[in-house]
Amino acid sequence: MRSLFNLSFRYKIPLWGGVLIITATLAVSTALIVQSYDDLRSDLVSSSTSLGRTLAKTLFSAMIQEDVWQAFAIIRAPLHEQSDDKLVQPEMILALDRRERVFVSSHPKSVPMLTDIRKLDGEFARLAELIVATPGPDAPIIDLAGAKRFYAAVPVAEEGARLGTLVIVYSKEVFLPRFRAGAWRGAAIGLLVLAVLLPINWYWGQRTANPLIALARSTGDVARGALLPPPPGTYPYDDELGRLFDAYGLMVKSLHEKTLLEEEMIRSERLAAIGRLSAGIAHEINNPLGGMLVALANFKRRNGDDERTGKTVAILERGLTQIRDTVSAMLVDAKVKGRNFAPHDLEDVRLLLAGEAHNEAIIIDLECGLTEPVALPATLVRQILLNLLLNALHASPASATVSCAVHIAEGQLRIQTTNAGNAITANLMNHLFEPFVSGNEEGHGLGLWVTYQIVTQLGGQIAAETRDGLTQFRVTLPVGESHA
Amino acid sequence: MKLTRILGVLGALLALSTAEADDRTSPVRIGLTPTFPHDQYRPLEKWRLYMERKLHRPVEFTRRDRYIETMDLLRLKRLDFAWICDYPYVHFRKQVKLLAVPVHNGRPYYQSYLIVPVGDKTTKSILDLKDKVFAYTDPYSNTGYLAPRFELQQAGADPTRYFHKTFFAWSHRRVLESVATGLADGGAISSHVWDTLSIGKPELTRAARVVAKSSDYGFAPFVAQVSVSDDKFREMQKLLLEMTEDEEGRALLKELNLDGFTVGDKRLYEHTERVIKAVGEK
Repeated sequence: MRSLFNLSFRYKIPLWGGVLIITATLAVSTALIVQSYDDLRSDLVSSSTSLGRTLAKTLFSAMIQEDVWQAFAIIRAPLHEQSDDKLVQPEMILALDRRERVFVSSHPKSVPMLTDIRKLDGEFARLAELIVATPGPDAPIIDLAGAKRFYAAVPVAEEGARLGTLVIVYSKEVFLPRFRAGAWRGAAIGLLVLAVLLPINWYWGQRTANPLIALARSTGDVARGALLPPPPGTYPYDDELGRLFDAYGLMVKSLHEKTLLEEEMIRSERLAAIGRLSAGIAHEINNPLGGMLVALANFKRRNGDDERTGKTVAILERGLTQIRDTVSAMLVDAKVKGRNFAPHDLEDVRLLLAGEAHNEAIIIDLECGLTEPVALPATLVRQILLNLLLNALHASPASATVSCAVHIAEGQLRIQTTNAGNAITANLMNHLFEPFVSGNEEGHGLGLWVTYQIVTQLGGQIAAETRDGLTQFRVTLPVGESHA
Repeated sequence: MKLTRILGVLGALLALSTAEADDRTSPVRIGLTPTFPHDQYRPLEKWRLYMERKLHRPVEFTRRDRYIETMDLLRLKRLDFAWICDYPYVHFRKQVKLLAVPVHNGRPYYQSYLIVPVGDKTTKSILDLKDKVFAYTDPYSNTGYLAPRFELQQAGADPTRYFHKTFFAWSHRRVLESVATGLADGGAISSHVWDTLSIGKPELTRAARVVAKSSDYGFAPFVAQVSVSDDKFREMQKLLLEMTEDEEGRALLKELNLDGFTVGDKRLYEHTERVIKAVGEK
């Protein structure tokens, strides 16, 4: 039984619906059949009673005058009606005298005049006993147990004085096919109703079950980690199920956003940790480095004659300078004071990059939406622009266009660079802003790290995206108070 | 005295002329009995209209199932003419005048047929029907009552006790139906009705079988009420006798299954009279 309740709605809804429909139809059909039996029986009772009374009344005068022909004509008349008449046709009608002998019968060949009906057969003998025992004025249908016929016995009497009995005989063989016809009609109506309702029920069940099944499947996917909302239009109606779908969509969406946010936070924290670590290391290295370079300068000044020593010192100096450059590159200091970023800075960046672009025949499309300086340190913004555009130039295929747009909107400076280079892989995207991570062989992988550090220190955001074959970097920087 | 005489003559003339005028507008009343299939409405209505055209006056048909009722109507002068059975004609001879006798198969005679259901293969005469149910036509019918009783009497049987049960069906046709349905084991019927029904209702005659035929009796006659005026009598007689002379009359005779009518003679009914005397019904 439990397995029945565990069935999919796909089967359960039509199954239960079907069971209900079949039960209801059976009940209605049974009621129709029972009704048809009752109708038939009451038809029989009312028709035979009214027929019996009418005949008995007219039969009285014929019998009292012993007019055999007249009596014969009276009891034959109802039998001449068409057999397709709605009422059940009597099989035979008998007029009996006071001693239950046949005065006249509608079928004289089988039941001749003056026959004692007790001698006809057992059923008639029992009927005769009943007639003798209950000579009452009203005689409804007599249904003898196990008999092949129904009988309606009406006294032929006047003011209670009985002259004889009129017996109307109905064959059950005639009665039953009529009942069967009624029953068949009931059953046929039932089948017709089933033939119409069951497919509708099945269709309706499928319609109701399918969205539920889609929802259940989708929920299962979410549980397994795939945050996919059900395809739009799975259930386009505004009922409870529709609202459930909407809520579910919202839930999946917010889950998705939450996951993205978590990932972003982890990445930011990692970058911050790396930032702190590298800044700490850089400071620790910078302090002795400064001393070492000063000591080397002093040493060169005092012992500058020896050629071999000079060479060694020069090697040391170059090495230390390289260390200092690297370390200072990692030591981003946004607190540098300077002038504000102005539109002409953008032109400077173009000039600085023109040579690089010319080598690869790349066109730089600079779109400047600035008309006046903005309250951001020009050095840092220029560095951001240079880093992003250099990266773009390196990534871009030859003879392509690298575009860059700078705008002010909603109190933010927005920078957007676009190139048509190779897409950034998902793995690379995860570690994009970490130091020493590079998309190509040439760079040392500090450009984006420095950019990220600058942007974060300026309180802005940076994001990269590859879409439709184009790689985009978007930077937003909140514009502070003017430094000018 | 003279005046009264003149007045009397005038009065008589007046009475005569009104009677004459009345004669033309008052209908001729004709009684029909089951001696022939009198319950067929359509051909008889054609016959009535035919009579009206020939007589130039209205004609009324009065149908009664029982001979005695028609005889009563004749006696009460409620009928001018009637087509009755030969037995009541002989029995009530003083109240009626013979008008015309139908001719069937070229002769003014008919017979009584003894019939049984077609399923009865053994009965050869009325003597095989002892203690059976027998259907008579009418107590004033010759072929349907008197003739079979005469047969029994001739055979030495008592007609009143011979059968188990007898009943009157009140027409030859119903005797045939009683026998055909098995209500009666046997019956007596006019040969003319049998012949007519064997043409019109062959399904009825097929269900029965003629076992025996009686000797000839004068055909059931057309009679006039005894006080009918001579003119009326002659007109009516002429009409019947001349039916063979026009197309419509012949067609009507064909439907009645008759050749025509003849003046007839009392002597035609001497045999009937002898039978009545023999059976002692008179």
